[in-house]
Amino acid sequence: MENQQTYWKDNVRLILVCLAIWFTVSFGFGLLLVEPLNTIRLGGYKLGFWFAQQGSIYTFLALVFWYAKKMNDLDKKYKVEEK
Amino acid sequence: MDELKLYTYIAVFSTFAVYFGIAWWARASSTSDFYAAGGGVGPIQNGMAIGADWMSAASFISMAGLIAFLGYGGSVFLMGWTGGYVLLAMCLAPYMRKHGKFTVPEFIGDRFYSDGARIVAIACLIIASVTYIIGQMKGVGVAFSRFLDLPYEVGLYVGMGVVFVYAVLGGMKGITYTQIAQYVVLISAYTIPAIFISLQLTGNPIPQIGLGSTLADGSGVFLLDRLDAVVTDLGFKEYTTAKLGNSLNMFAYTLSLMIGTAGLPHVIMRFFTVPSVQAARASAGYALVFIALLYTVAPAVGAMARFNLINTIEPVAGEQLEYEKRPQWFKDWEKTGLLKFEDKNGDGKIQYVADAEKNEMVTVDRDIMVLANPSIANLPNWVVALVAAGGLAAALSTAAGLLLAISSSISHDLMKSVLTPNMSEKKELLVGRITMTIAILFAGYLGLHPPGFAAGTVALAFGLAASSIFPALMMGIFSRTMSNKGAIAGMSSGIGVTMLYVFQHKGIMFIPGTSFLGDMSANWFFGISPEAFGVVGALVNFSVAFIVLKMGEPAPKEIEDMVDNFRSPHGEIKAAHDH
Repeated sequence: MENQQTYWKDNVRLILVCLAIWFTVSFGFGLLLVEPLNTIRLGGYKLGFWFAQQGSIYTFLALVFWYAKKMNDLDKKYKVEEK
Repeated sequence: MDELKLYTYIAVFSTFAVYFGIAWWARASSTSDFYAAGGGVGPIQNGMAIGADWMSAASFISMAGLIAFLGYGGSVFLMGWTGGYVLLAMCLAPYMRKHGKFTVPEFIGDRFYSDGARIVAIACLIIASVTYIIGQMKGVGVAFSRFLDLPYEVGLYVGMGVVFVYAVLGGMKGITYTQIAQYVVLISAYTIPAIFISLQLTGNPIPQIGLGSTLADGSGVFLLDRLDAVVTDLGFKEYTTAKLGNSLNMFAYTLSLMIGTAGLPHVIMRFFTVPSVQAARASAGYALVFIALLYTVAPAVGAMARFNLINTIEPVAGEQLEYEKRPQWFKDWEKTGLLKFEDKNGDGKIQYVADAEKNEMVTVDRDIMVLANPSIANLPNWVVALVAAGGLAAALSTAAGLLLAISSSISHDLMKSVLTPNMSEKKELLVGRITMTIAILFAGYLGLHPPGFAAGTVALAFGLAASSIFPALMMGIFSRTMSNKGAIAGMSSGIGVTMLYVFQHKGIMFIPGTSFLGDMSANWFFGISPEAFGVVGALVNFSVAFIVLKMGEPAPKEIEDMVDNFRSPHGEIKAAHDH
């Protein structure tokens, strides 16, 4: 039981880390900080515009797979894998 | 019959034959097949099916068109419709899969130990899904009317008929396998023209890189810089910085779409079809891979379509195209009424400018951009035909998924669980099929009186899902004590506030003339458009639920145990075919 509560806490902590990155690349770089970032160029892209239309999506993708991998490790660590 | 039409008929009918064939081969024989494909779909196939289910007429037809005209402001759709999968993968899907039921209202009914909560969830689901279907219907109508030369209304009826046959036969099992085929069709139809156009304009075949490259005309100017220059010359807002309303509106819009994505029942349902919790996590990732393939190409399609459109009308600055010399695609789209020219100054030339007084392109429907794009770029006819098949695949696959969500919530959640628990499995399937018929007729009626362009309609559905279902699911999983009364009060007030806001600006049930505040930004709450209001509704939902929880009894002990159970992959799994 106690085991399960720390498992859940670790899960929530991992989710919060992921969501912080999720927020930063989309709402942060893509929206709130778009103007300062637009002064930097990535080829023909303004950087803020790139995050809003490309970069945030690539980051989301990496986040979901990273989370799945970390959770599978957590499942093993706490021995809560499915039977 | 000309060559293009012949190719289009071949493309459309051969893909239809494949879908019907698969649907027949994998037709449902039990309710478990019908609702959850027997719980045995692997993560990669499921990811592909989710991709097809997800990428609707709105994604395929409307989104790039919206981006083409909104520029940077169109980013809300790109981030909003992908960011939701992060929430889904981490906060919802694994636990709901572990709990192991067929439908979203069923999960809500169990977790909040109340038929009342289940009924409110059914109502929220139906409202959100029906709104969403309107967009698909309009997409089908547009695609049919253009490619098979039928009037919009007739196109809509044909679409309704096809969707109907298809969804009734399929069930979740049939739909899932058909959607895998539809994904392949729609992604090829989307990326092949994009590769051609990117190659033409920039010399780079990868559209995501082409968009950031220099033009192939030897000028050494970046494509986006040239686009910014030509649109501002015509008086439009600069492409790469044009906002959608104010920054707060863009923020709220994006967040509404994200949490709406995570709260849309027809998407969540797909995670009940995988065999395990691990597979549910992986499914979300694969789904996002297949979705990102289209969503990272869309900005290139939008920008290049805008570029080509302006280049056709005004090949050299100050030298407009003569109306008599307009290309064939221009004439084709004029026939549908979605493109309209009016020679205001009588010079026989086409002036396309931002100033409404002088602009002679009086109608340029955003929805036609993706469909017209290959012809504007002079691509071969088979590519144009492929786009038609892709657009129809996108609309049909999503409509089928939505119809399944609606009919399962009525036949399984309402009839079977609440009203007539003794109903036989056979009868339940029949009731499901009858509700599909009613839903499709209703959606068809609203499709004839649509409240805006397809993606706009869809955005409203997201607002409704965001304000009702998403908060209820989050509280059900992340709070062990949230009570039945709290959840019901929260969902009702969340969707209530959002619907009131939408109706007062868009008309009651979207019927023109019944809006009492008018669809204008001056009346918007802090400049937030009706489409972006879902996040406000969600905040209302959370607040009301927690206030009601504080005033009443928390959830009983056995519910806390249930929460503990679905939070961990370990332990008893209630398989989807227990029923």
